[in-house]
Amino acid sequence: MKSKWADILGRFMALVVVFVFFAALVEGGKFYTLRNLENILRQSAVYATAGLGMTLVIITAGIDLSVGSMIALSVIGVAWALNLGGASGAATISAESGHYLVYQYPVLIPILAVTAGVLAATLAGLLNGSLIVGLRLVPFIVTLGTMGIIRGLAKGIAHERDIYPPESTWIGSIMDPVMTSKTSSGWLLPTGVWILIAGVLVTSFLLRYTRLGRHIYAVGSNEETARLCGVRVGRTKLIVYTLAGFFCGVAGLMQFSYIGGVGQPTTAQMYELFVIAAVIIGGASFSGGEGSVLGTLIGALMITILYTGGQQMGWPKWVQEMAIGGIIIVAVALDRLRHRQAT
Amino acid sequence: MRGVRKSFGATHALKGVDVAVAPGEVMALVGENGAGKSTLMKVLSGAQLPDAGEMFLDEQPYVPGNPLHARESGIAMIYQELSLAPHLSVMENILLGIEPARGVLLDWRAMRERAAAALKEVGLENVDPGTIVRRLSIAQQQLVEIARAVALECRVLVLDEPTSSLTAQDIEKLFALIGRLKARGIAVVYISHFLEEVQRISDRFTVLRDGETVGAGVTAGTAVNEIIALMVGRNVNELYPRSARTAGEVIAKFEGLELRRGEVVGIAGLIGSGRTEFMRRAFAQGGWNRGVGMVSEDRKTEGLAVGLSVADNLTLPRLDRFVRPSRLRAASRPWIERIPIKCAGPEQRVSGLSGGNQQKVAIARLLHADVDVLLLDEPTRGIDVGSKAEIYRLIDELAGKGKAVLMVSSYLPELLGVCDRIAVMHRGKLSEARARAEWDEHKLMSVATGQS
Repeated sequence: MKSKWADILGRFMALVVVFVFFAALVEGGKFYTLRNLENILRQSAVYATAGLGMTLVIITAGIDLSVGSMIALSVIGVAWALNLGGASGAATISAESGHYLVYQYPVLIPILAVTAGVLAATLAGLLNGSLIVGLRLVPFIVTLGTMGIIRGLAKGIAHERDIYPPESTWIGSIMDPVMTSKTSSGWLLPTGVWILIAGVLVTSFLLRYTRLGRHIYAVGSNEETARLCGVRVGRTKLIVYTLAGFFCGVAGLMQFSYIGGVGQPTTAQMYELFVIAAVIIGGASFSGGEGSVLGTLIGALMITILYTGGQQMGWPKWVQEMAIGGIIIVAVALDRLRHRQAT
Repeated sequence: MRGVRKSFGATHALKGVDVAVAPGEVMALVGENGAGKSTLMKVLSGAQLPDAGEMFLDEQPYVPGNPLHARESGIAMIYQELSLAPHLSVMENILLGIEPARGVLLDWRAMRERAAAALKEVGLENVDPGTIVRRLSIAQQQLVEIARAVALECRVLVLDEPTSSLTAQDIEKLFALIGRLKARGIAVVYISHFLEEVQRISDRFTVLRDGETVGAGVTAGTAVNEIIALMVGRNVNELYPRSARTAGEVIAKFEGLELRRGEVVGIAGLIGSGRTEFMRRAFAQGGWNRGVGMVSEDRKTEGLAVGLSVADNLTLPRLDRFVRPSRLRAASRPWIERIPIKCAGPEQRVSGLSGGNQQKVAIARLLHADVDVLLLDEPTRGIDVGSKAEIYRLIDELAGKGKAVLMVSSYLPELLGVCDRIAVMHRGKLSEARARAEWDEHKLMSVATGQS
């Protein structure tokens, strides 16, 4: 167990190094302003939350490529529910009409919206799991397919246009800055970040202290053994992919707020890559059996810091993309090197 | 188990098998690979459902629907291939599937205690239950597997080739352990190719051949040759053929060990003594380009690409820059016939072959690559007597044709039977190679254990 904490500590140190690098290089100390720190937290919360589910998936030696699409589906689900009663389609930003049900039921409708978003993504995850377990297909193929299916579904529900639900609902503000805004009513951190922290705690607990959690590791470490020991492998995988959908649903709530309370069906594209990268930088192994929630959290922060840091250094976008790509390879290469020394 | 049948498509893996084992007895199940032992055990452990036949446990009909059910009924299996989750701790592996829990919470303390008790039972009390399994040695890992069966409080324990990767000392410990389990009234089914072991440990034996029970009896008073005859359906007079051959010039020298043409040199030694490392260094020093080829000890994970065809595996070291599949097939056909490898053709996947035939593919690869020096690391591990005999014959034939063979084996009768000279590895140091006539099992073992 000691080595596990040393491992997390090592990753954390790497994070600190990258942070200090940008803090020193970005002019005028702009990088370590409270405002920027909060921005980093807000942005990484989406990756990290979706990453919780991805961590589970990758520990079982699986993969989920439909993460970005599931987040988008959740965003659309939220916007759609908030928009109930209003005119469908675009150009309703300024609509003050009282048709919106959300004005009549200011508590109920947002709850409905949260349920709709999270449930839609969870069902999408269940679909992934059912296809993988039921048809015995490779996760890569299944989720490559559902990546398109789910994205298409989100676009279909939104009629391929952005949905602009009424503003100023509490869901729309879960990612609003708190630390740097005096008007906001949040407590210390944006609500979304609190949700992430809760998710981290619950998932860590699940992995460490429940039978399901240990079975997740067992399935990834040696699936055949797990099966022979009476672990219900199919059921475990089904739960894992469904949870991945659930966490994408929650990440979708955050994304909805983060992009300004708009139901954008094209949002969160390529997020699967950032999320997978976060999990891998966090120390998970594609061959399964390894991975930790804290690692993923660090990975998500790492990606966000590189991204925002690159932006503030004034690097062109292509340089940023290359830098993030390079870091992923370096991180995994270092991991392998370390593994080889350990054995 | 009575009249158990099981077919896979057109293949009848089991054609009516009767087996019985009583509490407090060790029943040896013997038979060549492909005789149906593994399938029978899969049926017993609920991993596969039989097509016909009945099973009884304590005179109650027993119909395991899945492995979990079988475990709950008190049937524990130790598979030949280690089946542990390498990333998990010892205690998690021992209690995998039957973790103590309070509600949804795992009870780590109870887990540690139960695992520790089971470890003590198998003589691993010095291993911390929290140790990650992949840090343990192979022998320790196997004991962890047995501890898993002990923790289950099983009534029937099935051991499939349990000694194939153990050293002599560990085997003694295992036998003592089996004796203790037997005394507790556990019914033990012992599957092995090592008939000497069967004679030592078992009370009764049952022989399977081609999916049928062909013989059974009380072990005491049955000669090994009788059992072998039942297994292969014919007499194996010469297990170790040895044609007249004379050692030629030295064609390779690895760290002081000279290999001559037309000579078989053996390396004995305990597992972990550095035998495999020696072979690897030798291979690294020689390599395909200098006419040195190796068959590694672990054919499934590194020796062969089991997902690929026989032809692909055979021709891998000698591919031209451009490849014509039809040529590869044509090139492998002569080897398949000459060795011979039992397979549906060069297109068949290696994973579908028996262990013995897989090993023959690995050796055929060296021949196809036309090497002069063959390094064989445990060439007969986990394969049946019939295939062993064929491999011994092949080794003899190759030496007769002027190849140099260096083989590592844990099985001393085999080294003494096949090799011309034998060296012993002890703690990474290789003894002088001496002629076979100067050795016997006892002498080999005392050098291997550092007692002389």
